[in-house]
Amino acid sequence: MARAFTPKVVTANDLLEGDVVYLTEDDRWSRDFSDAELITDEAHAQVRLLDAERQYSKIVGAYLADAVAGDSGPEPTHFREDFRRTGPSNYAHGKQETSPQPRA
Amino acid sequence: MYRYSEFDAAFLSERNAQFRAQVERRIDGSLTEDEFKPLRLMNGLYLQLHAYMLRVAIPYGTLSSAQMRQLALLAEKWDKGYGHFTTRQNIQYNWPKLNDVPDMLDALAEVGMHAIQTSGNTIRNVTADHFAGAAADEIADPRPYAELLRQWSTDHPEFQFMPRKFKIAITGSENDRAVIKAHDIGLQLVERDGVLGARVIVGGGLGRTPMIGKELSEFVAFDDLLAYLEATVSVWNQIGRRDNKYKARIKITVHEHGIDAIRAKVNERFLQVRPQFKGADMALLDEIKGHFAPPAFRKGSVASFEGAYTNDPVFRSWVDTNIAPHKNADHAIVTISIKKHGQTPGDATAEQMRVMADLAQEFAYDELRISHEQNVILPHVHKSDLPVIHAKLKEYELATANIGLISDIIACPGMDYCALATARSIPVAQEIATRFDELKLEHDIGHLKIKISGCINACGHHHVGHIGILGLDRAGVENYQITLGGDATESAAVGDRTGPGFAYDEIVPAVERIVETYLEQRDGTEETFLETYRRVGMAPFKAALYPEARANAA
Repeated sequence: MARAFTPKVVTANDLLEGDVVYLTEDDRWSRDFSDAELITDEAHAQVRLLDAERQYSKIVGAYLADAVAGDSGPEPTHFREDFRRTGPSNYAHGKQETSPQPRA
Repeated sequence: MYRYSEFDAAFLSERNAQFRAQVERRIDGSLTEDEFKPLRLMNGLYLQLHAYMLRVAIPYGTLSSAQMRQLALLAEKWDKGYGHFTTRQNIQYNWPKLNDVPDMLDALAEVGMHAIQTSGNTIRNVTADHFAGAAADEIADPRPYAELLRQWSTDHPEFQFMPRKFKIAITGSENDRAVIKAHDIGLQLVERDGVLGARVIVGGGLGRTPMIGKELSEFVAFDDLLAYLEATVSVWNQIGRRDNKYKARIKITVHEHGIDAIRAKVNERFLQVRPQFKGADMALLDEIKGHFAPPAFRKGSVASFEGAYTNDPVFRSWVDTNIAPHKNADHAIVTISIKKHGQTPGDATAEQMRVMADLAQEFAYDELRISHEQNVILPHVHKSDLPVIHAKLKEYELATANIGLISDIIACPGMDYCALATARSIPVAQEIATRFDELKLEHDIGHLKIKISGCINACGHHHVGHIGILGLDRAGVENYQITLGGDATESAAVGDRTGPGFAYDEIVPAVERIVETYLEQRDGTEETFLETYRRVGMAPFKAALYPEARANAA
């Protein structure tokens, strides 16, 4: 039996800077996980992933990442995505330099 | 030091111009990522978790002061002010922007450096004993041969699309500091009847299937060595598995066919290949040897060194741990620790790189080395210069006296940077080092190598750590497996797993219990951790790590 679909966001890396980006509902690429479109329908997720992959002159390596609804937008469910939305733990680099995000 | 010929410079300049155009075509949308990815990987450019990463080769770990200064310039101008020295004698920049990379590569070319074949299914950066040319126990300097291998393998037409990557390490000493038994090919220089050659080890490797290399030939004379290596890589290139990337490395080929069958195939291929080598390689080797002529070692009194050693306990402690014997008794090999307690193993700031370059230029015949253990070495230092070097290093947080001790940890970038990682390794290393520094135990513990990888690919060499730590993702949580008894030297061994893994907040206490057990069990302060482990076995460590299991069994 196929596994039940769990909510997703579309994420990728910015082509020029490599920074982690998320696809928003209004077709922008945001640097903040909480701005991402939370996709709860499997077929819609595939459509949105194709939408993202077509934008290969803006982004690299789009994929669907697990997420859940939080108080202020989607939040990651796995620690890998938590690191991706934050930055490394040994220096306050990456997203921590510009938009501080408290760790979940 | 090898100086690029006109051919080398022209080749690199052409290659960099090609890549610049490829980057432009990627940015303007003419190339898709699928088309561009193999091109960027051929030039050392990865896409990691948070950003691109540029991996620059430091061939056989050797740098001049000018090259080190250029690495500092790259860190400052196009990155975040630091670089990360890796376990394969490379330096990685963690934050380059795609459109800056062509300029970075041109800047590297100015000092005879590149990022070619630091990725992809090619022959990678040839690594060497970081004490090469300086060690007291060496038969010959392995670096001229390593440079010959670099030239042979770079853009080698037969070896650009192999089943998988291929790593070669070379040492000139019986005491193996280059981990040759954990490489696809390991070479140990040996002399027989006055002829220099190499013992050839094949099929070593770490990763998900760790294997200790086997002897393919006990001696191949230099005249025949390049043909023999070409035959070896060629045999694997033909029969190595391409159906499954996890079974593609030569260690699996050797394991599946058996070393005797591989040897027979290599010998057969060697007979075909040998006539193509008409001596040009030996003429080239002779020329390269000239580039590696030892410096004119200066003479002088070592009295000032002896005075400082007697009177300054901090200096003495540093000398006792960070200095190795040089082939000239009045000289020393200095290992600069890039492992200050609590810092990221292998990370050096641009300022630190410049300080080390200045020291190399002023006191160390303009040479530096990068070790696979992620430290920096001044290979030739007159002992009378050690006090002033130590004083300068102290000013820049580079004088930590911990080489070979518990805080001299190898750690891969792990999930703080790497797209392949399944768990973090850097903070584990930071916390272990900080904890044992607080306990003030590390000099009492003595020689102990901890190696940490953040995934099964084992860039952190955990299998050959006296204590190995492997970070995994277990049901969405970081979990750390421990192995004991690994050995990266000439007596290479893969460590044994202790049992179930430990959560992130349990791993440092677990290491502490292992060390406490060692201190209880050891037969005097002279017996090292590894010796104790080999004598008493796993049982006491297991009992300390898993007290519930012991209680249940009782």
